[in-house]
Amino acid sequence: MSLLEVRGASSFYGDFQALYDISLAVQEGERFAMIGSNGAGKSTLLRMIAGLLPARGGGIRFDGQAIDALPTHERVKLGVSLVPEGRRVFPSLSVEENLLIGGYRGRRGHWGLGRVYELFPLLKERARRSAAVLSGGEQQALAIGRALMNNPRLLLLDEVSLGLAPVVIRELYDRLPAIAAAGTTVLIVEQNIDQALGVADRVACLLEGRISLAGRPAELTREAIAAAYFGI
Amino acid sequence: MSTTSATAVPPFRVESATPASRAAAVVGLLLLAVLATAPAWGGSGFMKLLIEFFTLLALAQMWNLLAGYAGLVSIGQQAFVGLGAYGLFVGTDRLGLHPLLAIPVLAAVIALIALATSLFAFRLHGGYFAIGTWVIAEVFRILVSGAKEVGAGNGVTIQGAAFLGPQGRLALTYWLALGVGFGSVILVAWIMRSRLGLALRALRDSEAGAESLGIDVFRTKLAVYLIASVGCAVAGAIIYLSLLRIQPNAAFSVDWTARMIFIVIIGGLGRIEGPIVGALVFIGLRETLADFGSLYLVILGVVAIGLTLLAPRGLWGLFVARFPMVSFGAQPRLVMGAQTPGGAGPPPGTTPTEVA
Amino acid sequence: MEWVNAVIQGTLLGGLYALLATGLSLAFGVMRLVNLAHGDLNILAAYLALVVVTATGANPLVGLVAVVPVMMVIGFLLQRVLLNFALGGGVLPPVLVTFGIAVVVQNVLLDVFSADSQGLDAGPLENASVTLTDQISVGFFPLLTLLVAVGVLLGLQFVVSRTQLGRALRATSDDTEAARIVGIDHRRLYSIAMAISLGTVAVAGVFLGIRTTFGPSDGPQRLIFAFESVIIGGLGSLWGTLVGGVALGVAQAVGNQVNPAYQALAGHLLFLAVLAFRPSGLFARRTARQV
Ligand SMILES: Nc1ncnc2c1ncn2[C@@H]1O[C@H](COP(=O)(O)OP(=O)(O)O)[C@@H](O)[C@H]1O
Ligand SMILES: [Mg+2]
Repeated sequence: MSLLEVRGASSFYGDFQALYDISLAVQEGERFAMIGSNGAGKSTLLRMIAGLLPARGGGIRFDGQAIDALPTHERVKLGVSLVPEGRRVFPSLSVEENLLIGGYRGRRGHWGLGRVYELFPLLKERARRSAAVLSGGEQQALAIGRALMNNPRLLLLDEVSLGLAPVVIRELYDRLPAIAAAGTTVLIVEQNIDQALGVADRVACLLEGRISLAGRPAELTREAIAAAYFGI
Repeated sequence: MSTTSATAVPPFRVESATPASRAAAVVGLLLLAVLATAPAWGGSGFMKLLIEFFTLLALAQMWNLLAGYAGLVSIGQQAFVGLGAYGLFVGTDRLGLHPLLAIPVLAAVIALIALATSLFAFRLHGGYFAIGTWVIAEVFRILVSGAKEVGAGNGVTIQGAAFLGPQGRLALTYWLALGVGFGSVILVAWIMRSRLGLALRALRDSEAGAESLGIDVFRTKLAVYLIASVGCAVAGAIIYLSLLRIQPNAAFSVDWTARMIFIVIIGGLGRIEGPIVGALVFIGLRETLADFGSLYLVILGVVAIGLTLLAPRGLWGLFVARFPMVSFGAQPRLVMGAQTPGGAGPPPGTTPTEVA
Repeated sequence: MEWVNAVIQGTLLGGLYALLATGLSLAFGVMRLVNLAHGDLNILAAYLALVVVTATGANPLVGLVAVVPVMMVIGFLLQRVLLNFALGGGVLPPVLVTFGIAVVVQNVLLDVFSADSQGLDAGPLENASVTLTDQISVGFFPLLTLLVAVGVLLGLQFVVSRTQLGRALRATSDDTEAARIVGIDHRRLYSIAMAISLGTVAVAGVFLGIRTTFGPSDGPQRLIFAFESVIIGGLGSLWGTLVGGVALGVAQAVGNQVNPAYQALAGHLLFLAVLAFRPSGLFARRTARQV
């Protein structure tokens, strides 16, 4: 059974349809990458899975359970954690408080303050500082750490690399194996094709709200990906 | 507003008139003509009821303009009702002006006072603006209550209109109320067809969006605030030309604004028809429920809460949702011309695109 | 000496204004809700205390044990069944709904208790005083009032800055959607915030009820005092609110000294002056906003 299964779901902003009839399945323990150009609907998809946006038609199942009707916080309780686009750390909270609030639902597991600090030692050094004064890369690490504090079964990562220097991006991506090794299934959203292909077991491409391609990185040709990504 | 935006925006005209609105205008004018003759045939009770209706209508139109169109939720419009009342007293009794002259004079003075109060009120936003305007009204109430020149806490009685005789004063007050009632509707309709109205529509959709269109949000809101303040002052002057006895606690009572709010919520926020329907229902409710005393206000409060949450467009909104063709059409629409970007727009005269 | 006394009295009263203000700014900080019924709910708390006192003969201060939890439950339910539905649709719905609540509370009180002024009697406590110099003596009760106010503020400060609930409140205030992502049920949190808000309002209501008489129509004035304290102190800082409350209390006491009719006016003028010259408040935090 898939950990996450989306079947025929659409999503709207008012009258504007952002997602058309999306179906996808993510297996437990898998690293699944969703690529697509700006505005393709990647963030919308993650927000729909997290429950910030309603799914219309179709359905979303998590570990076999229909979660469409559950509010976001109930999904978090089941182990669905989103690292949102733009990090969205809490500026009024210190770094450590951001992590502590990440554990709000009290799910037990591998991750705790100590393990997150091991994963991102810089955060430990900045523990008492306001999250607002961190650099972009540090904020991204904090946003990931905050999500890990929930001990998620499914981690949704929205454009971790956005606006960061290549060396910082590499550092963050280097942590993915450790996260996966702890048993967390990861759904990564990226505009950066190479980055996504490098870490994912499976990849799918979104184009104007529709899935235009899916497969294992090794099976996909550059041409096929370019066509699916740019729609040419 | 910058004129350069004309080049960036496809040609458009502002279209407000619909067959229904033209019909409404004709009916309105006929009604006005008939009502204007009421002093010749109506009893004084009837005229007093209409004076109340039309002054409340004017007050509610002003509050609707503020809150419904400009998003300025004021709970301090009683400041201007009270100032209008005292302005009339000063004009007629102290300066010896004819009421017809005193009213424009007090309107001008109160416009300046409103400009001064805006300096304070506009530092606040949203719900805090609401309480801020209330504080300002309280300041006027306390200051006037302490001013011996206008009777301090006991208030004053207007005698400067006595020369008209009881019948003459009633007729004059009635015509003025008729004027301010109809005038407020025409004023709001006219504003909403003007560029100010378009700015207000844009602003209601999104303040940031309006700003990016080159609309000066601050000046737009200030203009509305000044218009509404003067409007309330004029209506207040006419109300007290009818009542004659002015007491500061009553003239500056928040009840004035509460009435405006109830009328607008009941009738329909952000629609020109709303205050008309609301004022009719409000007076009807009061006439039937007056015996219930404070319970009547409890009912009004519950109705206001219920309508805000369940039918935020009020009774008129519910009515229009069922019979869309009856709208007066005072909501201006941008009718796109032929050269919409990409050339895909509709040719002029066919299915206009509603931008509003 | 009268002036010094006025300042001391104003300071002691200011603690209560700060309590009133804290409830108002908590609701605003967490859910951007300006509760126009704040003052009327404050009066409601005083009447609840009156009912408890009349029924049991207890001292109103003991009555707090009942009044505070009841007001907290009222706050929780009010938010849950009404106010949560007014949020998210712009500035108008919350203002209009809380205005409606204010009208309802006011007139229900009028209906049940009549327009007569009421008072809460705390017994001999009210007349005891502490003599500082032979010309200045401080009433024991006003002193207790200030101490309780500061105590409640300290308690709140502890909750907000040290507990998971406080972190959740601050996080929700920062970014509601991000708060939902970490698993916070924002609507429930709003209800809790309103419960806390009305809890502080209840304390202030009972103490003010002992200090001065109250009637069903006094709510708006209380709302205005709370609001003025918030603005004078600077939006969103707990200790700024205390400064604001004390400044307002002192201004009113001084105004009262000039002419009893100008007690409230002096506070209004201070408020307007702050608005004109220091709109961010006397004590505004430059960075890290707090709820
Ligand atoms: N809040 C919103 N309101 C309206 N449209 C939106 C909103 N957010 C995104 N969209 C639209 O939905 C589409 C998909 O957006 P998004 O999911 O953010 O794309 P991506 O994350 O792939 O860049 C885009 O066309 C975007 O303009
Ligand atoms: Mg995105």
